Amino acid sequence: MQALAEQFFNLAIMRQALPLILAGLGQTAVICLIVVPLGLAGGLAVALISLSRLRAVRWAAVAAIDFFRAIPPLVLLIFVYSGLPFAGIRMSPLAAVAIAFLLNNSSYYGEIFRAGIESVGSGQWDAARSTGLRAWQALAYVVLPQAVRNVLPDLVSNTVEVVKLTSIASVVALPELLYSADMARSVTFNSSPIVLAAAIYLALLWPIVRLISRLERRIAA
Amino acid sequence: MSRFLDTFFKWPVFERYLPAILKGMAVTIEIAVLVVIAGILLGLALAVVRAFRLRAINVLIIVFVDTFRALPPLVLILLVYFGLPNVGINVPSFAVLWLVLSLVLAAFAEEIFWAGILSIPKGQWEAARSTGLSHLATLAHVVLPQAVRLAVPPLTNRTIAITKNTALGTVIGVGEILNQATAAQSFSGNATPLMMGAVAYLMLFVPVVVLGRFLETRFAWRRV
Repeated sequence: MQALAEQFFNLAIMRQALPLILAGLGQTAVICLIVVPLGLAGGLAVALISLSRLRAVRWAAVAAIDFFRAIPPLVLLIFVYSGLPFAGIRMSPLAAVAIAFLLNNSSYYGEIFRAGIESVGSGQWDAARSTGLRAWQALAYVVLPQAVRNVLPDLVSNTVEVVKLTSIASVVALPELLYSADMARSVTFNSSPIVLAAAIYLALLWPIVRLISRLERRIAA
Repeated sequence: MSRFLDTFFKWPVFERYLPAILKGMAVTIEIAVLVVIAGILLGLALAVVRAFRLRAINVLIIVFVDTFRALPPLVLILLVYFGLPNVGINVPSFAVLWLVLSLVLAAFAEEIFWAGILSIPKGQWEAARSTGLSHLATLAHVVLPQAVRLAVPPLTNRTIAITKNTALGTVIGVGEILNQATAAQSFSGNATPLMMGAVAYLMLFVPVVVLGRFLETRFAWRRV
């Protein structure tokens, strides 16, 4: 019991590691602020493409979505970060993370946006267009607001997944929350810094996870 | 163009490292299957226990489920892999990966099965109980068959996402596809093994993703 507390809940070590871990948290926030908006924008674009009137375009979009849903994000990230340099394309860890996440997230957000847009009746389009709105106006002011409301739980839940996924940036040595905690662990030979990082993830994400359960249940009911 | 081919599709490198990648595929499949079995069974069991609505036990289940839904799997993997040996428990990396992913899948599966159970109208419970079925029999013969059907599409997608996380095993040295591919890449100084690894994942997961898409339209979950 004593050993367990020493190993996982060593307050002295946690206090020592705190500045490093908070810096990591800052990096995680920066990553999130980059990859979530990029993913949402990419997802919306993918959704619109996959709703195209041309069958060939639709099929291409579906193939691309399934391709990126079948590749583990970590494989994509390592490919971008350490595979592309062999072809002369070199980039910083942050750029690699941004690109890999854009490819991966656009597929997931894209599927969600597509389901949302499909859930809005086509009469809404027709009505909006007939009042003189242009296609993009009909999309922005009439269809999207309803679509987003219909798939809000999925959007929020996917965003939680994206935030959790930023932890794989540690593999390409981007000093985010998990990377910093693991650095502290390897210096101190003690797991308390990782417990501290876990506590931070939990504090940030638990409220949202609870909220999602609520939202999902309300829709299911 | 030839430089591109030489970097990503170099035949001698391909030939040389094919056995390693195939071995990695076998390991990935093995972990994935074990995770799916353990995770879904545990998730279903927890949902069934939760349906008895015993307050103290349900609080524990909710805490477990929420924790494993909120924490990044990689954090859990590092915590278990590096933490346990220091308190005298030695677990091989394969077992760590299996354990963590199974628990994560169980947490998500419990939530999905539970949502399915909740979506069955109360009248079904009452009707079944009034015919003399016990609580457990009602659950087993009336509620679960319907709830499980509702759970299939979201569960498939979640299961795919979590089995893809087997790639995280490379961080703790599990010899799955990504691990073999990155090792081969650094030995050969060529990106062909990475390409092979990516193709291996596509071969394993594209069929499952397509199946998931089919199930989604087939069982149409909560279309409003």
